[in-house]
Amino acid sequence: MGTKMNWQRWLMIAPAVVFFAVFALFPMLMAVYYSGLQWNGISSAKWVGLANWGSVFRNGEALHALRLTAEVMVLSWVVQTPISLLVGVFLAGRQRHRAVFGVFYFVPLLFSSVAIGVTWSYILNPNFGLLDALLKSLHIGNGNQNWLGNTHLALLVVTLIIAWQFIPFHSLLYQGGAKQIPDSLYEAATIDGANVWNTFFSITLPQLKYTLITSSVLVLTGSLTYFDLIYVLTDGGPGDATTVLAMDMYKQAFVNQNIGLGSVLAVILAVAGVILSILTLRFTGFNRMESQLEGM
Amino acid sequence: MASQVIKTDASVNLRAPRRKRLRWYNVVFTALGVVWLIIAFYPVLYMLMTSLRSQQGYLLGIPWLPSLHPTFENYATVLQAGFAHYFLNSVIVSVCSVALIVGCSLLCAYVVVRSRNRAVRVIFDVFLVGLALPIQAAIIPIYVLITKMGLYDTLLGMILPSVAFGLPLTLLILVNFVRDIPNELYESMGLEGASDFRLLRHLVIPLAMPALISVSIYDFVQAWNNFLFPLVLTQSDSSRVMPMAIVSFQGQYTMNVPVTMAAVILSALPLILAYIFGRRYLLRGMLAGFGK
Repeated sequence: MGTKMNWQRWLMIAPAVVFFAVFALFPMLMAVYYSGLQWNGISSAKWVGLANWGSVFRNGEALHALRLTAEVMVLSWVVQTPISLLVGVFLAGRQRHRAVFGVFYFVPLLFSSVAIGVTWSYILNPNFGLLDALLKSLHIGNGNQNWLGNTHLALLVVTLIIAWQFIPFHSLLYQGGAKQIPDSLYEAATIDGANVWNTFFSITLPQLKYTLITSSVLVLTGSLTYFDLIYVLTDGGPGDATTVLAMDMYKQAFVNQNIGLGSVLAVILAVAGVILSILTLRFTGFNRMESQLEGM
Repeated sequence: MASQVIKTDASVNLRAPRRKRLRWYNVVFTALGVVWLIIAFYPVLYMLMTSLRSQQGYLLGIPWLPSLHPTFENYATVLQAGFAHYFLNSVIVSVCSVALIVGCSLLCAYVVVRSRNRAVRVIFDVFLVGLALPIQAAIIPIYVLITKMGLYDTLLGMILPSVAFGLPLTLLILVNFVRDIPNELYESMGLEGASDFRLLRHLVIPLAMPALISVSIYDFVQAWNNFLFPLVLTQSDSSRVMPMAIVSFQGQYTMNVPVTMAAVILSALPLILAYIFGRRYLLRGMLAGFGK
């Protein structure tokens, strides 16, 4: 008994292993193979080696998509992290009204990316949108601003909507972290005459270090794969202004039916995901992440 | 003695006003809190208000205020447009996915924790690498595979890959939880010659219940809101799930925003109800063990 493997135990892990091997690992390896094919998914495929890789990098498409993805990543972190941290700390406070606020703050968590995307597309609609009606009534700007149809604005607007969707989740993380900070630390600080800023920077922030790391890892790895919202809001447009890596992959493979090019982008996506995870774990220590994950 | 009395007196005096005093920064925080309340909650309120408007009311009324004549006709329209069928599809896909993910993960987690076999350790490490693999990176071969299996445009075709990609995180969380069960408990039951299945049933499952509930909720939300699998792996009306239904409503009722908003509200119904009746469980499940 105890620690030995027997056939029953092999049988117990079999379902998980089979599912994962067939529908996750095997497709991952196939993606690498497909990236060397010239294939539309229907007629017979032709092996072209690294030709797809060459063309993706030569015409700058991959680099453009990578750059947009990096922009979304940095911007997401810059917007989501400070707001989530402050909202989380605010909610961890003792006052009764903060708990009430919290009930409303987390409501966006209940909706799917598609639902959120559709809603915001109506709010921002240049013809009958809520935002322009509001701005018009306040005499700000001239109305009819095409928020999502403007090449320079679209990516920023999309990233802000993504932030709106995910800040509640990260606020929840920080609230949990902030609630764990022992009261004795704050009491000691008050006795030492610390004001509210000292307390925040010398107690709250250092105590939230691991929550900050966890949340940041999730923001960074998450922003690599934003797709649903972008699909609903802009479909990668206007032009290719919001064609991030995941969007580019989808369009190449399922719109242009170019399985080879799409797979090149898919492989880049996978490699980026793994590198990002390794870097963050190296940089922060896997044990910290593990200790965060323990005990729910 | 006397000095001590004075001391306690002084501290009591110090504490009393501290609780009552309205500090300027608390006023500022609350004001900022209200600003965030508007940003975070108003769009959801707008969804709800718009879904209760008539089409004329939407085009002619004041968009940021509730309608003077709220109506449920949009909800009726959505229900007549086959909504119940899509809803049921979503339920089937989500429930089957959750059952398979949690079931397979629990069996696997138990073996990972209990055995010292090197191969099992390697398998677990491979699952951990799976945490870093985005679904998008594998969607093209998944599409080819599901098509070749003859499962394109079926609910099962969505369930199978959802299970595969739900496993890594669920497994990791359950392994961490099962690991915390003290060894003595296994030993004491093991001495009585209990089999693995008995240990699972009478020891692990009862103790891991909170974790099982949390991961089930997490996996349910993931499956319920998943968009990429249905987008790529289904096309017809018969296999349409909730997110796809919203997109098709949006295309069908291009100018009739209130109808789409009613669909959006209804699409989140299970989570809205869960939030009303079991907010704490839902939020804990949403964190999936990332928070403590």
